[in-house]
Amino acid sequence: MQLPEAEHLIATLAETMRPRVTADTCLVGIHTGGVWLAERLHALLGLSQPLGSIDVSFYRDDYAAKGLHPQPQGSRIPFDVEDAHIVIVDDVLYTGRTTRAALNELFDYGRPSRVDLAVLIDRGGRELPIAPSFCALTLPAPLPAGQNLQLERDATGALTMRLIHA
Amino acid sequence: MNIHIQNGRLIDPANKIDAQHDLFIADGKIVGVGSAPAGFSANRMIDASGLVVAPGLIDLAARLREPGFEYKATLESEMDAAMAGGITSLAIPPDTDPVLDEPGLVEMLCYRAKKLNRAHVYPVGALTIGLKGEQLSEMAELVEAGCVAFSQANTPILDTRVLSRAMLYAATFGFRIWLQPIDPYLARGGVAHDGEVASRLGLPGLPASAEIIALYTYLRLARQTGARLHITRVSCAESLDLIEQARKDGVDVSCDVAAHHLHLCDMDIGYFNPHCHVIPPLRSQRDRIALSKALADGRINAICSDHTPVDDDAKQAPFSESEPGTTGLELLLPLTLKWANEHQLPLIDALARVTSEAAKIAGIAKGGHLSVGARADICIFDPNCHQQITRSMLKSQGKNTPFLGLELPGRVRCTLVEGTVMYEV
Amino acid sequence: MRNPQLNKHGELQHLLTLDGLPRAIINQILDTAAPFTEVAEREVKKLPLLRGKSVFNLFFENSTRTRTTFEIAAKRLSADVINLNVATSSTKKGETLLDTVDNLCAMHADMFVVRHESSGAPHLIAQHLENTGRDHIHVVNAGDGRHAHPTQGLLDMYTIRHYKKEFHNLTVAIVGDVLHSRVARSQIAALTTLGVPEVRVIGPRTLLPTDVEKMGVRYCATMEEGLKGVDVVMMLRLQNERMNGALLPSPQEFFKVWGLTAEKLALAKPDAIVMHPGPMNRGVEIDSAVADGGQAVILPQVTFGIAVRMAVMSMLGGSH
Repeated sequence: MQLPEAEHLIATLAETMRPRVTADTCLVGIHTGGVWLAERLHALLGLSQPLGSIDVSFYRDDYAAKGLHPQPQGSRIPFDVEDAHIVIVDDVLYTGRTTRAALNELFDYGRPSRVDLAVLIDRGGRELPIAPSFCALTLPAPLPAGQNLQLERDATGALTMRLIHA
Repeated sequence: MNIHIQNGRLIDPANKIDAQHDLFIADGKIVGVGSAPAGFSANRMIDASGLVVAPGLIDLAARLREPGFEYKATLESEMDAAMAGGITSLAIPPDTDPVLDEPGLVEMLCYRAKKLNRAHVYPVGALTIGLKGEQLSEMAELVEAGCVAFSQANTPILDTRVLSRAMLYAATFGFRIWLQPIDPYLARGGVAHDGEVASRLGLPGLPASAEIIALYTYLRLARQTGARLHITRVSCAESLDLIEQARKDGVDVSCDVAAHHLHLCDMDIGYFNPHCHVIPPLRSQRDRIALSKALADGRINAICSDHTPVDDDAKQAPFSESEPGTTGLELLLPLTLKWANEHQLPLIDALARVTSEAAKIAGIAKGGHLSVGARADICIFDPNCHQQITRSMLKSQGKNTPFLGLELPGRVRCTLVEGTVMYEV
Repeated sequence: MRNPQLNKHGELQHLLTLDGLPRAIINQILDTAAPFTEVAEREVKKLPLLRGKSVFNLFFENSTRTRTTFEIAAKRLSADVINLNVATSSTKKGETLLDTVDNLCAMHADMFVVRHESSGAPHLIAQHLENTGRDHIHVVNAGDGRHAHPTQGLLDMYTIRHYKKEFHNLTVAIVGDVLHSRVARSQIAALTTLGVPEVRVIGPRTLLPTDVEKMGVRYCATMEEGLKGVDVVMMLRLQNERMNGALLPSPQEFFKVWGLTAEKLALAKPDAIVMHPGPMNRGVEIDSAVADGGQAVILPQVTFGIAVRMAVMSMLGGSH
């Protein structure tokens, strides 16, 4: 499969979001790819609120089966969640379980007025009733379960999409 | 019943025999070594090809837990264990409940044991009433009742004047006093050898000095009183030098070591293994090596099992709270053989430590050797067969030993007591 | 001999002692604790990791303070916490330690936090769980006899790392009753494992374990000798019952020689931190001016303690 250019997708995603965000909209990236992506979107959209990040390690529903992620990064929410418009940012949307965990975590900080979800790629294969508010690319057919699609960052800070066959 | 044990390798340390000899038994006694007496006809032949025929072992310390602790073990269960271990004579420490300080009690114990008709029992009487270290026991009466010596078991006499008088009184009759050197103050609360391991595990330490200081006191008093002394369960290297010096000074002193002290040291406690909780404690590796060597060169006279059956509930507790002691009857021969192998010691020298030498200490004339006319107490074993020590193979009610799971040499095939086969595989 | 704390995958199965615990695991615990410190500042101070799990605080020796920190940690991880002061209940009626454990297992315990006056009690419980095939139940040692207090040792390491960043360039002094201290043993094990080049122990010889040098520490008799140039001063608590007798003549003399005063602290590096596992005996092991002074990090230790215990519990709860 020919992978789309990440930089191009990011620009598309920012343009999709632009009409629906204000200067007060808060972005929260999900570790790790979502945080890199949120940093880009934050700059492209010229948002004024500080950027948030969420590590869903403590909220994952597969903890009982897989244990704790060895190096949890922790979450940083440097703004008041109460009544805020928040966009959760992730690189790839798959089962929806990570989004569910991020939502749960977010609500432990307060009650936002509205939460949207922005992703670069929707790879299909949803297991929960979750849909992105903004999405740069929806794959025509769901990616097989054994494959893993993720954002990568090189030393210069350039972002690329990578497909890993498990 | 006339028995002919044939084709065995007969080892009799007392008579310095290690040779291919047949053995002939009649009326519970040995009637012939090598050749049958005139007119002997056997009712039974025992084929001992490839096996060692030795005197039945003498164990200088075996707690049978009767009277008082029948839930931990009974005479029956422990006698069975002795038979399975090839042990035909047992010296019993006085720390039963009630303690062996009354002639009637000793007679009762001897009677019970005799009725069971297995190993011979030699009670070691309490040196003081109730082992309290205050009033002397009726030693003369106790000897008449069957005691072979007097001891305080693991309860030292606090008052050295009482100890001195106890020695003098025993010396009057030439009775032997068996003492375990423990300074009660230095030993107080200690559960493991005071050294690196105890420090690291945070276990209250029992310093070597507790043994050495008490030992010095005992030896000095023995020199002064002329008492015949036997030091039980030597555990420290330094004790050996003190005993040697006392011997040079003319003190009549012998000593024994527990079989587990020849093979284990404080490192074996590992992660608080309560099976390694014993009295005296497992000492350092240096001590262990010194004991093993001193036994080989004769400075230590005998090995005993220090058999102390402990029930699982009492053992399955945090190390300090667990009851000290280990089962040993069925391990005495294997551990002796393992020790001998390590020193490449001839079997005859190894077996002396659990037969002839032990007999001297306990004053057993009729056992511990295979002379014509001696009691036919015999242990037939395979020195080359190794077997794994498991709970289920142990006949003793005490299943707790640090050697569980280990392969040890020596397997008893047959045990005879006074010419009767009491155990046979 | 297999390390009874690790499962066959090399993951933490129980936390029993820091002695012999691999450096990588100690670091993993400290790394995991970091994000937990932030949870306390949230609106909802709770994480769902141990939701539906039952944590039994099994305290055979009373300690409200330690029990509370474990309770808070477990509750912040959404566990159900059951406190048992066994010191006052069943074992007094003749029930053995393992009877108690079996009983609580039948109540579907997932984790035991054990405090016991005898060294090795948590090891015994862990061994028993393994022997009876109950691998899904985890044991955390909350202090056993003189042996170990691993979560205290870990929170101390967390504190040191927080203020000093690295371990490889530090000189650390541990002062006071090392002999009876499970805290000191855990501190020494962790400091040496983490590569602290010089760990000193300071105190009267009566309060030092035999062969203490073999634990990898240097013994100093006086504060003057021991505190010179140190980066971290770790004070130990002196139990009341040891203050008058054959171990020490009096608390006054102890304070005079080994009590931490501003004057003695001046021998340490200017940026040295002062730690204490609490509860403090002011005027016996530490002067109030030091305890409340700018170099003391005693209260942060308590805060970090919750995060470290959360880290341990969440790592255990997810190990298989």
